[in-house]
Amino acid sequence: MTVIEARGLRKAFGSTIALDGVDLRVEQGSILGLIGLNGAGKTTALNAILGLTPYQGELKVLGRDPWTERDQLMRDVCFISDVAVLPRWARVSQVLDYVAGVHPRFDRAKAEGFLAKTTIRQASKVRELSKGMVVQLHLALVMAIDAKLLVLDEPTLGLDILYRKQFYDSLLNDYYDRSRTIVVTTHQVEEVQNVLTDLMFINRGRIVLHCSMEEFESRYTEVMVNPERVAAAQALKPIHERHVLGRSILLFERVDRQQLAVLGDVRTPSIADLFVAVMGNQAGEVKGAAR
Amino acid sequence: MNTQSNVMPESPLDSQGIAPAVVSATQPLYWSVRRELWENRYIYIVPLAVGAVTVFGFLIATIGRAMAMPNLAQRLAVLQEPYSFSTGLIMAATFVVGIFYCLDALHGERRDRSILFWKSLPVSDLTTVLSKVSIPLVVLPLLTLGIVVATQWIMMLLSSLVLLGSGLSVAMLWAKLSLPEMWLMLLYHTVTVHVFWYAPIYAWLLLVSGWARRAPFLWAALPAAAIAVVEKVAFNTSHFAAWLQYRFSGPEHFAFPASGDSPSHVMMHLSLGTFLSTSGLWIGLAVAAALLVAAVRLRRYQGPI
Repeated sequence: MTVIEARGLRKAFGSTIALDGVDLRVEQGSILGLIGLNGAGKTTALNAILGLTPYQGELKVLGRDPWTERDQLMRDVCFISDVAVLPRWARVSQVLDYVAGVHPRFDRAKAEGFLAKTTIRQASKVRELSKGMVVQLHLALVMAIDAKLLVLDEPTLGLDILYRKQFYDSLLNDYYDRSRTIVVTTHQVEEVQNVLTDLMFINRGRIVLHCSMEEFESRYTEVMVNPERVAAAQALKPIHERHVLGRSILLFERVDRQQLAVLGDVRTPSIADLFVAVMGNQAGEVKGAAR
Repeated sequence: MNTQSNVMPESPLDSQGIAPAVVSATQPLYWSVRRELWENRYIYIVPLAVGAVTVFGFLIATIGRAMAMPNLAQRLAVLQEPYSFSTGLIMAATFVVGIFYCLDALHGERRDRSILFWKSLPVSDLTTVLSKVSIPLVVLPLLTLGIVVATQWIMMLLSSLVLLGSGLSVAMLWAKLSLPEMWLMLLYHTVTVHVFWYAPIYAWLLLVSGWARRAPFLWAALPAAAIAVVEKVAFNTSHFAAWLQYRFSGPEHFAFPASGDSPSHVMMHLSLGTFLSTSGLWIGLAVAAALLVAAVRLRRYQGPI
């Protein structure tokens, strides 16, 4: 089943084009990572999917038009946005009461079970919780909702490393199954590399790369080239070259691994390295910013 | 200006075979109103505090003054003074609370970014705006009535106890002060003026609070002041100012009686007829409805500021 389907999605803020004709298909069961620079259009794309911003073009989320049917859509869609948005004045118990009161698919006992594993007390006010605890609370709410699509916009921004690790661990262990779909944007690319099933790079409102992680692994190869082989390696047309501690690291697309193995140490690149390479090969003016 | 249209046809709601919701239609509204009361506890704390202060003042000042009077008639006169004053005080307090509440209602959630959380739940913009407008139009009037009734009842009880304690009959006090009648008048005044006549004021404040990026109070008040000033300078007239005053003071025919004297029922029915035939009432309600529709539509476009 297709969860998100967009064709020619466009959005402009005055003369700034945030989305420039995006075509997108997200299938049920995938965990899609949306990677891009600040201002690349990630949040605008998510906002359009969540019915928070009007747009031009065609967009269906779970068969609904998000802009006109946000309230019905939100029965099946959950999102956590970039910063803590839980009401700071509310008590934890009030947040639970409210969500239980308005959400038909919220399982309060489940949420309380998740909270019991944390140090969050129900009598506490949200403003008294640390940033990491607020994210834990939001995650507990979201994981207790039987939703079809979960959208995460920089969910671990500003969290310390312990909470960040826990966040994706709980998501994968206690929430994700093949019937759910997750879309996540993040700058902490390395921590989602082993979580994603699909990868998408977005730049200046356009999708510049969209592949499954399996494709990613078979398509891209990184080689730490032995110094005497550099010329031979360069002849194979790497898409990117960088130097670390005096050695050349070359990134190849669709070049046979066995052919590369003779040149040096072969490995799968990190998403971050591929991102730098793809962005570097885009229009010249973004080169500097990509680092 | 970017176009805000989209070209998708409306999809059938049940195309996904989604199970029907177990949350009934009114439940989100009920919880949203409760949410407002959790967030803005001053909605009931302020009127309760005013009521408590009134009772306290009555206990120490009025009763003392009354007992210093030489005869029963004068004592009764003093004892029945503060009823309408305290009522007016509580009503004024809830009116001010309503104004400040409305100015913040759709602004605060954008300021603290919690709008993103509220919008992540299956609650429509219509439900949200209705829950917010129900505070000045339903919750505050009910609170006012309840607190006034409680305050007056306690005051009556205290005066009766004091009179009895000094060996005097309370029958005359009870005869002079017909509380149920006063409460009926109050109910009538609240529903006509504070709900129906003031509805466009609250709706305007809500719309401005949903629209202004900052200082909603200024955005709500300055245009009105500007129109009045421009009219005065350009035409040396003050129709707009007079119209505003009319809207705030209410149609004079049925203004709440200044004293606690028992009003005649005939007058009440007469003024109800007058009230219902006032064009200002219906124009005001139509304007209020239009402003609320605008506020609902506006909230769809709004995010954190």
